[in-house]
Amino acid sequence: MTKTTYPEISIQTDDFNLLDEVALLEYENDVDGAVVTFTGRVRNQNEGKQVTSLTLEHYPGMTEKSLSKIIAQAKERWNIGRVKVIHRVGELFIGDQIVFVGVTSKHRQDAFAANEFIMDYLKVQAPFWKKEANKDGVNWLDAKSSDKHKAATW
Amino acid sequence: MIKVVFFAALREQLNCSELSLNSNDFTTVADIKQHLAGKDKQWQQVFANNALLSAVNHDMVNNEQTVKSGDEVAFFPPVTGG
Repeated sequence: MTKTTYPEISIQTDDFNLLDEVALLEYENDVDGAVVTFTGRVRNQNEGKQVTSLTLEHYPGMTEKSLSKIIAQAKERWNIGRVKVIHRVGELFIGDQIVFVGVTSKHRQDAFAANEFIMDYLKVQAPFWKKEANKDGVNWLDAKSSDKHKAATW
Repeated sequence: MIKVVFFAALREQLNCSELSLNSNDFTTVADIKQHLAGKDKQWQQVFANNALLSAVNHDMVNNEQTVKSGDEVAFFPPVTGG
């Protein structure tokens, strides 16, 4: 197993840099040939409405515990090396990065699958909530049943 | 004592982010829910929602989960991160 020399989970208000994160996943890591990254961003539209901003709230403590469990499950199911999950909180605007999941593995299949699994589980288990601002005002977003169904396929 | 915390839409609907309860009065999460629903009409409405999620000490649990002194119990809507 590849030794991880940095925290696997970061909940932060600050933005992150994709290239920096890839560099950390690859640093002194000669055993993994695959690096799969996912970045989630704020869309300009949601359910037909123009979005102006999103405010992300989370449950400090539980968020980290929940993500740790998801990462541990991924490590049990696939032969993966390093994992990094970053989730931003606070107010975010169109095009802003929200979430990053990076996974390395010896061969690509494990990193692809584990990355998607972590993202799918994060969507339905990690205690984050989005409040959307649009021209009609602000409202908390409802959970999507499609996310629940997707997570249940693993 | 049991610390009870609320998040997101739930916190706003209840206008409450946390409260403390006497642990001797409750055995399960369901008992706490029943007690909170009895506070007034607004609380009753919020706790009538079956989609509501519960956590004890940062782990997602169901209504039958037992609670004890020192526990942190959380109630919140289905999550929408990512």
